[in-house]
Amino acid sequence: MLQIRRDLVDEMVAHARRDHPDEACGVIAGPDGTDRPERFVPMTNAARSPTFYEFDSAEHFRLWREMDRNDEVPVVIYHSHTATEAYPSRTDIALASEPGAHYVLVSTRHPEQIELRSYRIVDGQVTEEPVEVVESYLFSHTGADDVPDRG
Amino acid sequence: MAVTVSIPTILRTHTGGEKAVEATGSTVAEIIDDLEARHGGLKTRLVKEGTLHRFVNVYVNDEDVRFAGGLEAKVSDGDTVTILPAVAGG
Repeated sequence: MLQIRRDLVDEMVAHARRDHPDEACGVIAGPDGTDRPERFVPMTNAARSPTFYEFDSAEHFRLWREMDRNDEVPVVIYHSHTATEAYPSRTDIALASEPGAHYVLVSTRHPEQIELRSYRIVDGQVTEEPVEVVESYLFSHTGADDVPDRG
Repeated sequence: MAVTVSIPTILRTHTGGEKAVEATGSTVAEIIDDLEARHGGLKTRLVKEGTLHRFVNVYVNDEDVRFAGGLEAKVSDGDTVTILPAVAGG
């Protein structure tokens, strides 16, 4: 299951809408070992295409190095489909290379309707998983980041 | 020339789980051959028909070798070579 804060879902959907009709892509990083998406990082789709996405290679390198330094991992890797359903394409499956990530697909084919689904993609096998949208991680995990904001 | 090679999660099955390994060589091609000798199976994940696989990015320090000669890109003692599978799809 993917448990994710509502504001992060909103960010992904907004990014997908903004880049439509091209595909949008990005990462939500989180502390290693927590499976908790926290830091939203929209990436440049170097392909700038309605049917393909590829992280810009320099941005990709910088982000992965930064995550390494921060003990973060790519908890979520998201991209949009702009004319088809939010299900991994054959290319998505063939190129999936982060077995620990939740692959989130957002479809922008309907202007008024949000389609967002999450998958694990490991060794060519796709497994859809439920998405639980929460207002905060406060009651579901423990950790220093879960102290509520004051005021 | 000894360099440190950073191995992505998906290829760590070839390095016994190690995130970074040592290799020697003066070009990316030589580094990959040395990696193959030490950790069999890596080369076919990186090289296809004599060139770098289209969806594998290799960096010497922070430069993508695609813009520096590909497999012939030079490496120097103490450099860090980073392998990252492209994050891409359709």
